[in-house]
Amino acid sequence: MTSTFKLRLVVALLIAMHGIIAFGGFFAPYDAIAQNRDFPYAAPMRLHLVDPVYGWSWRPFVYGLKEVSGNLETYEEDTTQRYPLQFFVRGRSYSIAGVFSSNLHLFGVSEPARVFLLGADGLGRDQFSRLLVGGQISLLAGILATILSLLIGTAMGAAAGFFGKWADGPVMRLTDLFLALPWLYLLLAVRAFLPLSITPVSAFLLIIIVIGFVGWARPARLVRGVVLSARERRFVTAALGFGATPWYLLKRHILPQAGYVLLIQAAVLIPQYVLAEVTLSFVGLGVAEPVPSWGNMLANLQQYHVLVSYWWMYLPALALVPVSLGYFLLANSFQERAATSAL
Amino acid sequence: MIRTAFRCILSFALLSGTSFLWAATPTPQPVVAGEELLSTGNAIGEYGGRLVVALRAEPKTFNPLNAIDQPSRDIIGRMSSDLLHIHAISQQTVPALAKSWKVSPDGLKYTLTLRRGLRFSDGHPFSADDVVFTFRLHLDEKVHSPQRDLLVIGGRPIAVKKLNASTVEFQLAKPYAAAERIFDSIAILPQHLLAKAYQGGKVSEMWSLNSSPGDIAGMGPFRLKEYIPGQQLVLERNPYFWKVDQKKRRLPYLDQLVFLFVPSEDAQVLRFQGGETDLLSRMSAENYAVLEKDQQAKAFQLQDVGPSLEFNFLFFNLNSVLPKDSLELQRKQSWFQQVAFRQAVSSAIDRSGIIRLVYRDRATPLWFHVTPANKLWLNATIPQPPRSVAHARELLKAAGFTWKDDGSLLDATGNAVEFSIVTSASNAQRTKMATIIQDDLKEIGIKVNVVPLEFKAVLDRVFQTHNYEAAILALGGGDVDPNPQMNVWMSSGSSHVWDLGETKPATTWEAEIDRLMSLQLSTVRPKERKKLYDSVQTIVADKLPIICLASPNLLVGAKKSIGNFQPAILDHATLWNAEQLYLKK
Repeated sequence: MTSTFKLRLVVALLIAMHGIIAFGGFFAPYDAIAQNRDFPYAAPMRLHLVDPVYGWSWRPFVYGLKEVSGNLETYEEDTTQRYPLQFFVRGRSYSIAGVFSSNLHLFGVSEPARVFLLGADGLGRDQFSRLLVGGQISLLAGILATILSLLIGTAMGAAAGFFGKWADGPVMRLTDLFLALPWLYLLLAVRAFLPLSITPVSAFLLIIIVIGFVGWARPARLVRGVVLSARERRFVTAALGFGATPWYLLKRHILPQAGYVLLIQAAVLIPQYVLAEVTLSFVGLGVAEPVPSWGNMLANLQQYHVLVSYWWMYLPALALVPVSLGYFLLANSFQERAATSAL
Repeated sequence: MIRTAFRCILSFALLSGTSFLWAATPTPQPVVAGEELLSTGNAIGEYGGRLVVALRAEPKTFNPLNAIDQPSRDIIGRMSSDLLHIHAISQQTVPALAKSWKVSPDGLKYTLTLRRGLRFSDGHPFSADDVVFTFRLHLDEKVHSPQRDLLVIGGRPIAVKKLNASTVEFQLAKPYAAAERIFDSIAILPQHLLAKAYQGGKVSEMWSLNSSPGDIAGMGPFRLKEYIPGQQLVLERNPYFWKVDQKKRRLPYLDQLVFLFVPSEDAQVLRFQGGETDLLSRMSAENYAVLEKDQQAKAFQLQDVGPSLEFNFLFFNLNSVLPKDSLELQRKQSWFQQVAFRQAVSSAIDRSGIIRLVYRDRATPLWFHVTPANKLWLNATIPQPPRSVAHARELLKAAGFTWKDDGSLLDATGNAVEFSIVTSASNAQRTKMATIIQDDLKEIGIKVNVVPLEFKAVLDRVFQTHNYEAAILALGGGDVDPNPQMNVWMSSGSSHVWDLGETKPATTWEAEIDRLMSLQLSTVRPKERKKLYDSVQTIVADKLPIICLASPNLLVGAKKSIGNFQPAILDHATLWNAEQLYLKK
């Protein structure tokens, strides 16, 4: 497998994953916060193709759920009626990236049946829909926090590397300090100082700012290294001889060399920051109910009965695996390319 | 040199070995003539064994004069006894250290006859002097006993007089309903151990966690043996306890009662499931369901005792004293203060949904604060309307609220109606309740933010800073009688949660509750009292200072090997009859 092909494959996978999550409203059959009070902790449902009476059907279908009498939260299929899966159905409206609004959903079943592909939580909310919508929050928080920390890191690193002496010492000592801090506890401390009763949107922004500000040190160091070595290269000193301004030098000659470093950093940081958001929400300092995020969905597992009774509540943790893996493979591919281009 | 050291260690080990044998659990003292012991009607058990129970937190003191936290009270409750006792099952007052009591016709004088020949857990004889001493301590303002308020009736402290070695007279300034109930849980203290400290003004500092077990004595079934901070507390049999079984054998049966400190309910459930603890005094319906699956395989039994006295409720901040710069809160109070607004919120709440989703049907919906567990006092005539969003909308419309096109509710001045509910983050059930209410109120256009906070922060906001909009809390009666709840319902009460520190009742109906509660306090005839308290319940159900939601059932568990296990809704649910519990062999 050539490195280009590998890179393309990884990028395609990541785009597909992000696309599904970004258009989560379309792929999710239900509103992520809609409660179905008759079906708390309904297990993931089976999609059928064969019915004992009607035989084979090309269109997958589900059966209605009924509670096993005398056995709360245990459901069985009511095989008397089939509910075929319908595609491109109209349902409740949702927005994509806060810009477009639509009410078209990829699939659904007609009422009163429900389709819980990945089960339901304690309030009967569809876990599949929550996973997609929660992913929007967790991934977006990771990506935005990465951008923020890279911006700060690049600015600080470039300043330290380029101007040397008076800028270098203080900035690098500051990065030492930030790298030495136990970031998780710092995040907890920073978040705890901020007001607790805030809307989900401000909580979301706060998380991004907190993570971004805590995480700038590593990219700053890397950028500083690149800038330091680039500054001494001949074409840079030549440009300097021709009277180029520091700003021009940085923009035209020095920072472009940091491109791969930043890309690799981004690919490494995004999954880390997604995990940071998950951790914050898990301990109750992130996005609050009823808005889902992978972290607050996993927070249910803090209750013993959920931990031992409902395996589908672990699924958000499982969703983290391909995300992390995808980004790490991406970082790997970038690194390989950076190595070849350096040769 | 080494040999000498070794010899020393060896002899030390031998010595401590002997001392261990010597310090083994005391055997029950034989019953002697002249002891007026109480014979219990329980099944006859066997002596021996230890019972291990989990406790949420460590105790703060062993001193009944200043114990206010539940763990301390749970432990002190096992080490002490009261003169008269409210029976956990029958909920009636029964004789304890006093074998009988008489009330004067005017209801002002109570004469208690004490049992003779009893001893404290250190063997010292018990007498009327100890009773007088105990009440003197509780009534002394310098001692700051939390129970003093209960003993001040009609503005004057109860006068206690020793008539003879076994008779004590209590004089009340005003008639007080069910006055015999105030003797419950007032632990009788040993004068011989505390008199000196009291004279020195240091009685509150006595019996701290550092005290040696030998310095502490009580009249309860157990006495302190050992306390290892962070680990466990061991109580051992009081060999002089004043109850016997039907065969005239002295109780308690158990050698030891061990408390382990296990901070969360989930951890307690795990310990119980793993067989490390023998009893589980309280658990959520979800954990009950988890344990239920194991019930057959592991030798424990679970019991749904039925409705408890606990009531969970939502309430709005109606305080007149608010934090500085709280203009928004003041604006929101203009909604909260409207009875119609509260009624609309109550009508929009799906109580059956709460019962189903939060309590797995092991709870009772509530429309006012008296739960069905309180059979004596429940006003069964109050209507319990089912959820009605239409009715809620009618109420809001009549009160001048309108709706925007997108369905959100606007007040008369055109502001969107939005508020936050603070709940305890550590209590998953209450947070779930808040999320259900959030969803319910969305249907009438109200936007609710759920804010789970640390429990102490919630209490701080509600009781100190008044910096909250709405909150969910629970209260649980220690008694079925309305008197202990005076501080909740009187407008000047310290637990008048929705509006603390009122100098005078803020509304006419609060004034009416004040009047009814004061009146029932001095009414002696039970029927009349019931009528008065019925009216209080009617007002609460109608004006909704607190919007009651649900009362969870009391769910307990115990190893099958425990005999005489008889859980009760009154405190302590599983250890109230600790002296009768035994281990089946």
